[in-house]
Amino acid sequence: MTADTPRPTPALDPAGRPTLPRGVRLKHDELRGGWVLLAPERLLKLDAVSVEVLKRCTGEASLDAIVDDLAAAFAAPRERIAADVDAMLGGLVAKRLVDMR
Amino acid sequence: MSAPAPVPPPSLPAPIGLLAELTHRCPLGCPYCSNPLELDGREGELGTDDWRRVFSQAAALGVMQVHLSGGEPAARRDLVDMVAHCAAVGLYTNLITSGIGLTPKLVAALSEAGLDHVQLSIQDADEDSADRIAGYRGASARKREVAAEVVRAGLPLTVNAVIHRANVSRAGAVLERAIAWGARRVEIAHAQYYGWARRNRAALMPTRAEAVAAIGEIERLKAAHAGTIVVDHVIPDYHARYPKACMGGWGRRLINVTPTGRVLPCHAAESIPGLEFWTVRDRALGDIWADSPAFRAYRGTDWMVEPCRSCPRKGVDFGGCRCQALALTGDARNADPVCHLSPFHDRVDTIVLAETEGPAAAYAYRGRSPADASIDRS
Ligand SMILES: C[S@@+](CC[C@H](N)C(=O)[O-])C[C@H]1O[C@@H](n2cnc3c(N)ncnc32)[C@H](O)[C@@H]1O
Ligand code: SF4
Ligand code: SF4
Repeated sequence: MTADTPRPTPALDPAGRPTLPRGVRLKHDELRGGWVLLAPERLLKLDAVSVEVLKRCTGEASLDAIVDDLAAAFAAPRERIAADVDAMLGGLVAKRLVDMR
Repeated sequence: MSAPAPVPPPSLPAPIGLLAELTHRCPLGCPYCSNPLELDGREGELGTDDWRRVFSQAAALGVMQVHLSGGEPAARRDLVDMVAHCAAVGLYTNLITSGIGLTPKLVAALSEAGLDHVQLSIQDADEDSADRIAGYRGASARKREVAAEVVRAGLPLTVNAVIHRANVSRAGAVLERAIAWGARRVEIAHAQYYGWARRNRAALMPTRAEAVAAIGEIERLKAAHAGTIVVDHVIPDYHARYPKACMGGWGRRLINVTPTGRVLPCHAAESIPGLEFWTVRDRALGDIWADSPAFRAYRGTDWMVEPCRSCPRKGVDFGGCRCQALALTGDARNADPVCHLSPFHDRVDTIVLAETEGPAAAYAYRGRSPADASIDRS
């Protein structure tokens, strides 16, 4: 994602609390290095940013709080983080790999 | 006894998935079953300790997901033990089941043991037709209950159906049934013709028009229900232009262990004569993956002949399916004839057209004698 690609309007409720449903697991790949998302008949390799987002999807923190946290952790503009997180989680929600509580 | 798996050479990819065929026993008799015609008996099956060792070795080798299948995996009394062991060594477990034999108690115990996902097969959206296909009266009603028990236990459910002549007009209804049952995912898979499906091909193959109509219907429903249910649509490769990368490439991603412990690069590999398979009774899984003649035979692209050898797609689809190449061209090294570049491509059409003319042949039910066509089992 580059800054100048047009973004879809935010799809997710900022007050919603994203969580990995049962059957979807974040796992460290010891042998090859890096993290993967394991799901029914799916295995997604994750980039470093996605891992940071997904580690925070505990069902406790709201999307808003997660974005705040990431913006602080990466010292990046909140708006950009918000758009990136929305696009990434939105895609996973559509594939039913993340649930919004 | 179970020494740590040796580290494979850097050029060798590590497998990511293991298909564990725990048994060939099954109460159903689906004529489309991909199991081999020669079914392994209970006597020769691996024991619980064998499977535990295989799962531990698989995890050390880099496998992430285990698919517990068969036959009917619920026919194994030690199923809960095996799931618990997989969970303990960090493997993601997927139970692939017909549902028959899965009692409410067993569902709860599997959930407790750490099972990650259940894939439940159904034969049709019409229950009478489904029971006829399964060769087992009452199977559909039981599957409905099992689906509810799985969802109640909090386990994610996938509904799977194999599409062929008898149900091709109701593919969309299968998808809607999966939604009604609370499945998060549905797999609509047009039959692939190995094992019993190959034997029953004349009874199973839909016409091209029927297949095309079903594909269109599923694609429409998939778009309409996006976000509600994930639809995995496996379309028949007989109608495609290029073949699929069968198994993601031979000996590249997946391992199949049979009920007796033979290790195959794909579940139909035994149909290729002359391949030497090694067994987990004699050797560690890592050694088999790296060195067994069957895995080495078609790994990578060096074994290829034309047109694959000089084709730019050879690292994409790996020349398609070896078993299909053998079945339709007589040589497993040839391009999968589904490919429009194959000199044998016309044979695909000859078969599709020839076998969809006239009334459907009678089923040879999986694992039953031809005389035993009754679906009232006791
Ligand atoms: C051989 S079955 C064994 C597990 C269990 N008895 C069942 O039927 O779900 C494994 C999976 O392969 C599917 N299957 C069986 N025969 C097939 C074929 N010829 N083509 C495509 N899928 C097939 C089944 O629907 C099931 O999801
Ligand atoms: S596909 Fe049917 S016959 Fe084959 S193992 Fe599964 S339920 Fe049994
Ligand atoms: S010629 Fe072989 S490698 Fe090329 S597309 Fe066809 S099957 Fe694939």
